[in-house]
Parts: sequence; structure tokens; C-alpha cells
Amino acid sequence: MGETLLEIHDLTVYHGQLCAVDGVSFKVDAGEVLTMVGANGAGKSTLLRTVAGLHRQTRGTVTFKGAEVTKLAPQRRVRLGISLVPEGRRLFSSLTLEENLQVGAHHANKGPFNIDRIYELFEWMPGRRRQRAWQFSGGEQQAIAIGRALVANPQVLLLDELSLGLAPIVIERIYALLPEIVAQGVGILLVEQDVTLGVGVANRVHCLLEGKTALTGTPEELSAEQIEQAYFGGDMSVASAHDEQP
Amino acid sequence: MSIATNPSTAGDGLLRVRRSTHSLLYTLTGAVAIVLLLSVAPWIVPAEWSTVLMNFFILVTMATMWNLLAGYAGMVSIGQQAFVGLGAYATLYFAIKGVNPFYTIPLAALTCLVIAYPITFLLFRLRGGYFAVATWVVASTASIIIGINSYLGGGTGHNLPGMPDLAPTALQHLIYLATWGVALVVVTATYFLLRSRLGLVLSSIRDNEISARSSGTKVTSARRLVFLIAAAGTGAAGAVLAISQVYLQTGNEFNLQWAAEMLFVSMIGGLGTIEGPILGCVIFFTLQQTLAQQGAWYLIIFGSIAVLVALWQPRGLWGAFRDRFHVELLPVGHWVGERKSESRVRRSARKQGASKEQPGPLT
Amino acid sequence: MIWLNVIIQGVLVGGFYALFACGLSLMFGVMRVINLAHGDMAVVAAYVAVFLTPHAHIPEVWAFVVVAPLFGLVGYVVQRTLIQKSIDRDPFTTLLVTFGLSVIIENLLLEVYSSNGQIVNIGELIVKSWHPEAIIYISYVSLAVLAAAVAVLALLQLFLSRSGTGRLIRAVADDHEAAQLSGTNYRHIFGIAAAIAFATVALAGIAFGMMTEFAPTSGGINLLFAFETVVIGGIGSLWGTLVGGIALGIAQQFGAHVNPEYQVLFGNILFLVVLAVRPQGLFGKKTALS
Repeated sequence: MGETLLEIHDLTVYHGQLCAVDGVSFKVDAGEVLTMVGANGAGKSTLLRTVAGLHRQTRGTVTFKGAEVTKLAPQRRVRLGISLVPEGRRLFSSLTLEENLQVGAHHANKGPFNIDRIYELFEWMPGRRRQRAWQFSGGEQQAIAIGRALVANPQVLLLDELSLGLAPIVIERIYALLPEIVAQGVGILLVEQDVTLGVGVANRVHCLLEGKTALTGTPEELSAEQIEQAYFGGDMSVASAHDEQP
Repeated sequence: MSIATNPSTAGDGLLRVRRSTHSLLYTLTGAVAIVLLLSVAPWIVPAEWSTVLMNFFILVTMATMWNLLAGYAGMVSIGQQAFVGLGAYATLYFAIKGVNPFYTIPLAALTCLVIAYPITFLLFRLRGGYFAVATWVVASTASIIIGINSYLGGGTGHNLPGMPDLAPTALQHLIYLATWGVALVVVTATYFLLRSRLGLVLSSIRDNEISARSSGTKVTSARRLVFLIAAAGTGAAGAVLAISQVYLQTGNEFNLQWAAEMLFVSMIGGLGTIEGPILGCVIFFTLQQTLAQQGAWYLIIFGSIAVLVALWQPRGLWGAFRDRFHVELLPVGHWVGERKSESRVRRSARKQGASKEQPGPLT
Repeated sequence: MIWLNVIIQGVLVGGFYALFACGLSLMFGVMRVINLAHGDMAVVAAYVAVFLTPHAHIPEVWAFVVVAPLFGLVGYVVQRTLIQKSIDRDPFTTLLVTFGLSVIIENLLLEVYSSNGQIVNIGELIVKSWHPEAIIYISYVSLAVLAAAVAVLALLQLFLSRSGTGRLIRAVADDHEAAQLSGTNYRHIFGIAAAIAFATVALAGIAFGMMTEFAPTSGGINLLFAFETVVIGGIGSLWGTLVGGIALGIAQQFGAHVNPEYQVLFGNILFLVVLAVRPQGLFGKKTALS
């Protein structure tokens, strides 16, 4: 894979008195997909939001291309090259499809993605560009949300629960986009509750359990049982697939 | 590394829920002492102090009711002066009809309650700032309607008839006792109200309305009840205001100034505590007496303090004091703690700042 | 004929109300802030026009050219400091703080300028009017203010719907966190919205000062009218605000016609009726409601 774009070191985040993320470390390289799996409440969304700058961490660092961004406001991180597609799409409902993309493009970096390119990726968009965002279906909104983030030409794309609330066929289409994005050199950090989906598209997998790292490795290295155990917990030590020596 | 989590093993039977951090005996003794002192005050302090105390009691009544509405039930109103005015004019009305003004106080409170009921159906369609300004529209409307009515004096004003035929000092004492009585009743009633089921309901609504609704709490009914109580209490304040002033004018009784004072006093003292508005009133009157000659400056200064307190110490001065020293004179919350002897808990609380007892979300 | 006059006068004052209200509507739409000091800001602008701009050798009638941008700047600063801090706490605090500011401003004006009525000096223009029929007087000033109000609203609408910044404002109004994630500094956008609100309210205040006598306490009643305008017209719609203003104006003129004491009352009644029957207003979306 390419250069290391994002490096998270010993990140600890509290939600009030609850420790949502506990000492998590990982990295994301250019051109790869790192999938984070874990049950509900495992801390995945909090982790993403902290990386994006919406949450303050208690301990640990977030480094982007060697420079520490832990103290930067979210919009500054976007302008550097970290974009988050938040859970629940969060489109600007009263704005049109095109306007949503335009907002994303307002502070865009230079790169391969622009509004025309997004219209190429999603052929159904140009015809409906003047429709208001609230009028689109869940899957379409998800596509628009991804488009809005892409149009800023991020180097690291954070995707939070893409598949939530969408029909399987729609999910398929959305996930088919990921290789195209990665081919441009973007690093993707994907949070996914559906393990099969998440692991299926991943170069590397990272399992979270109650805020802590439970398992890491590549899909080839990890067996379904291992992932299952890491997902649900049980008495299992933190393992990296590399430690597993027969 | 084990993944299993260890829930805090406080152990069953080792937790208990109490209503206050210290013996209520202290509060009771103190309260009785203060009540006695204030009851005989007119006979032992100079006459001007008596007047100041009367105004103090009236404002305490209004502020306690405003605080009930805003601090406990989450409804910010800048229109409570509607009920000050309606209470005052209800007193006038009954007095003109021949009732002894002092007996009209509960009547005025009742009148305000009755008028408030249909108003809630309009007002509750709004939230937050829009609710607030709508209450102001209601006050403005009430003021105009009464002002148009020449029977009650119109814009020029009307004297309050039927005051008992007593020597001036004796009458003054009587009026004092009336204002003191109303304040005492209202504050005590609020205290017991908040310790009751309704108080618990209000806390739950304040903390998380959606959860409260979904667990079956009748949120709107609770809110309506609080609004009616606040209207009645404020009406009683308006009634004694009329009695103390003897001459009523719509511009005075319905003045937005009342709203400003209720609000500032509660903000500075501390929203959501019973002691807060009282403390706020003490500060207010001290300031007013000190700056009496400076015209509107006391209001400017007081307002500025209120704004600063809101921004930097949102729990108000009493709230900050309470958080720091874990003292509640009139405790209405619940404290959950491990079973330890009283003195040990208090000592450790003072030492550590954060006590072993969690001032839980029920406070 | 009399009814025609009632309607005409209502339309004339309605334009003014809309100008007054659009800042209030903007601040609520974008940052969910009800600025209870809104009316008083207008009065301050009028005082500045009467007492301070003469020092800069600007005739009072042109004061708005300087005062409006100045107030825009003040609005930006006040928003980024005071109001943002209140927003970060909770909506409660915002209400309390803006109400506190309102009382402080009114009493400061009272102390400095006394309670005497003032008026913005526009020379002879104040008495000039168009007199097409026996009972119908259309004062030039009112007509000019109506024209200005419509122009400002149109410009604002255009700005919001066509420009990049306008788009950002609308995006931030929908979801400021999502706007952040799209690279927008939403606090800066809040500041711009406040700047626009303060600038328009300054225009409204000076217009008010041209049309009638004003005093430190004039802010209160105007806030009431601005608020009623927004609710009647509908929260979230600029043209709705214009319609709301006109509706309020006509209701008030009708009331005044029946009995001069009923002017404000009829406006209040219209407000309460709209609240009872159609709480989102004539053109509104259901944002401020339960």
C-alpha cells in the first residue's frame, strides 16, 4: 500500500463518564480500506467522530501525514484532507442535490474529484440535480453524502455505517464505489456493523469491543470464528493474527 | 488482557438514597428562627426597612414562581407580569364589589389560575424563545384589555377601596404581614411541591423529555399544572402588590420590569434551586438600597451581573456555592451514597471536593 | 374608501414591520437564537443616527449609509463573542442573556439620553405626502420605507439563494455539524448571519426614527411587532415575513379605525388566532413548534 496517511495512537475518548474508546491505535495507508467492526456501542462511531474532530479525546494523538491534528477544528481537518461521511447521511435537507455538492466543493482541495466527476459516477444524479435533498431515498441520500465528501478531494475518507437502513441491493451499489475511490489513492476508514460486508471490502480489519482493540489483521489471516469472538467478546486476549502461531 | 468489565461492586444493600446531605434538623431550626424573626420585624425595625422588606417578599414570591416555571419546568416566560397585573386588578375588582382587600388574595390567585388554563392551550404550541415572546404578547394583551376598561380605572388608574379603617402604622403592619404571609406560603408550598411526585416528574422531564414521555410521564399535564401554579402564585403577589401600593395603574402592574426583575434575580441566585431566587433578591435589594440615588444604574449593573453570571456561572451563585460545599438549605433532590456514617461523609466531601456521594441526575 | 385607506396604511407599515422582522427571522433560522435585544438594537441605531453621525458631518437622512455597515460589524463581533458563548451553553442561556442585554441597553439609553422623544431629522420630507383621494394620505416617508423594505428583502433572498455564502448560510441553518464536516467554519457563518441581521435592524431602526418619535423604551413594542410578524408570516420564509408584516399592519390599522386604543390589541389578537389555528404561520415550516 501507499504512504501512511492517518495514524491514531493510544486514543482514549470519554462520553461523559463512560469510556467509549480505550487506548486504540492503528493506521490508514493511501489506497487501502481499513474496516472497523464491532457491536453496537463498541465505540466505532465515537472513534470516527474524534478522528474527524467533532469529539475531544482524553488521551492519544491523531496524526495526518506526519503532522499532529489532534487539536484542530473539524473544518480545518477537512481542508487538510480528512473527510467524514457521518452516520445517518446528514444532508442539507432544504438544499438541492447540486447545492449539497457545491457546499462540499466550497473548500475543496485540488484533486481528481469535482462535481462533474461525481455526476459521472452516479448517472442518475444530473437529471435530478435541482431536487431538494429531503426528496431522495435513503440509498440516494447516501450516495449524495459520499459525493459531497468526495468533492472536497479528501486523502482520507471516513465512512460511518454506510449500510444502515438501506436495502441490500442499494448497499451493493454503494459498496461497488469503494474500489473506484481507493484507486485514486484515497485511504478509507470504514466503520461497519455488518461484518461480512465490512470484511468483504477490507484490506485490513480492526475489531473493537467495548472501546478496546480486540483483534487486528487481514481478512485472509482472520477466521470467521476469530472475528465472531472478537465481535461478541468472551474471555479472549487481545490478539493480532500475527501472534497466532500454530 | 481480560475483556470482561467489572461493574462497580457497591454491593446490594450498601447503597441508600437520602434527601439531603446533612441533618434536616439544622434546616428546621434555622427556618423557625428566621420565620419568627421576620414575623416580628415591623415592630423592631425602622419603618423604611419595613417597606423594603415588603417589596422583598413580593419579589421573592414572584421570583420563586418564575423559577418554578423556568428552572424546574423548563419554560422561560417573560410574560408573568400578566398575572401580576391580573392578580392586582382582580383584587381591585373584588374590593370594589365590597370584599375586604386582604381576603381577596386567595381570590386573586384563583382568578389567575382560571384565566391561565385556557391560555396554556395556546402557549404550549410553542417552545423556547417563541414561547417566551408569546407570553409577552399575552401580557401585553391583558394589559390593554384591562386598560380599556374604565370600570377599573383605565389608563389613569384607580384607588383600592375598602382598606380596613386602622391607624397608619397598624395598617402598615397588617400589609407587611400579608406580604410576608404570601411569600412564606408560596416558598413553603414550592418546597413541598418539589419534594413530591411532581418534583420528580419535573426533574425527569428536565433531564430528558423524550425518555420521560416514552416512560408514560404525562409531560404536558405536568407542565400545565406548573404553569397554573405559577400563575396563581404570581397572582397572589400581584394582589399584595396592589394592597401595598393602594393605587393601581396598568402601566405599573403590567410592567415588563417585573419580568426583568424576576428573571435577573433567579439567574443570579441560581435557576433550579429554591434558595437561589431568595439569594438573588437579597443581592438585588442590597444593590438597590446602596444605589438608590443613581436612577436606572442599579438595573444596568444588576442586569450586567445577571448576564455575566449566566455566561460564566450558569448555575447561579447559590448553585455554585451548593456544588462546592454540598450544602442544601432546602433540599429537594436525592443523594445516592454508600452507607457511611454522616460525619465521615461530610468530612471526606469537604476534603476531596468531589464526594463519594454522586449528586445524581435526580438533583 | 375608508377600508381602502386602512389597507393602504396597513401595507405601508407592514413593509416596515417586515424589514424589522427579517433580522429576527434570520437569526432564528440560522442559529436558533431569539434575540430579545433585537428591538433595542434598532433604537440604538436611531440614537446613533440622531446624536452621533452629525459629528461625522453626515446629515441624518443619510446616516443609514454609515450606520448599517457599522452595525453589521458590531453584529458579527457580538455574535462571535457573547451570543456564541450563550449558544454553547444552551438555548435557555441565550434567551436570558439577550433579555438581559435588552434591559441593559434600554436603561443605558435612558440614563444617557433621558426619556424624551427623539426623531430623525429628514427635513420637509416628513410632511410631504401623496393625497390621491379624500381620506387617503400616503406619506412619502412611509412609501420610501416600504420600497426599501421590499428591496432589502429581495436582495437578501437573492443573496441566500444564489451566492456561495448564501448557500453556506442555508446549509449551516439546516445542519451546522454537517457543514463543519464539509469544511465550513459554522461560527463564522453564524457571525455573517448576525451581521446581516444587525445591519437590517439598523436600517429598520433609522426608518422608524424617521417615521415617528422614538424613546429608549421603543425597542420593546417593536420587538413584539417583529415577533408577531414572523409568527404570522411563518418561520423560515422571507416573503412570508413580508406578508406577515402586511397582515399585522392591516389588522392594527383596522383596530385603530374601530378605536385608537385597539390598535395593538387587534394585532395581538391576529397573532393569537394564527397561533391557535395555524401555528406554523401562513408560509412557514414547522421548526419552532412542539
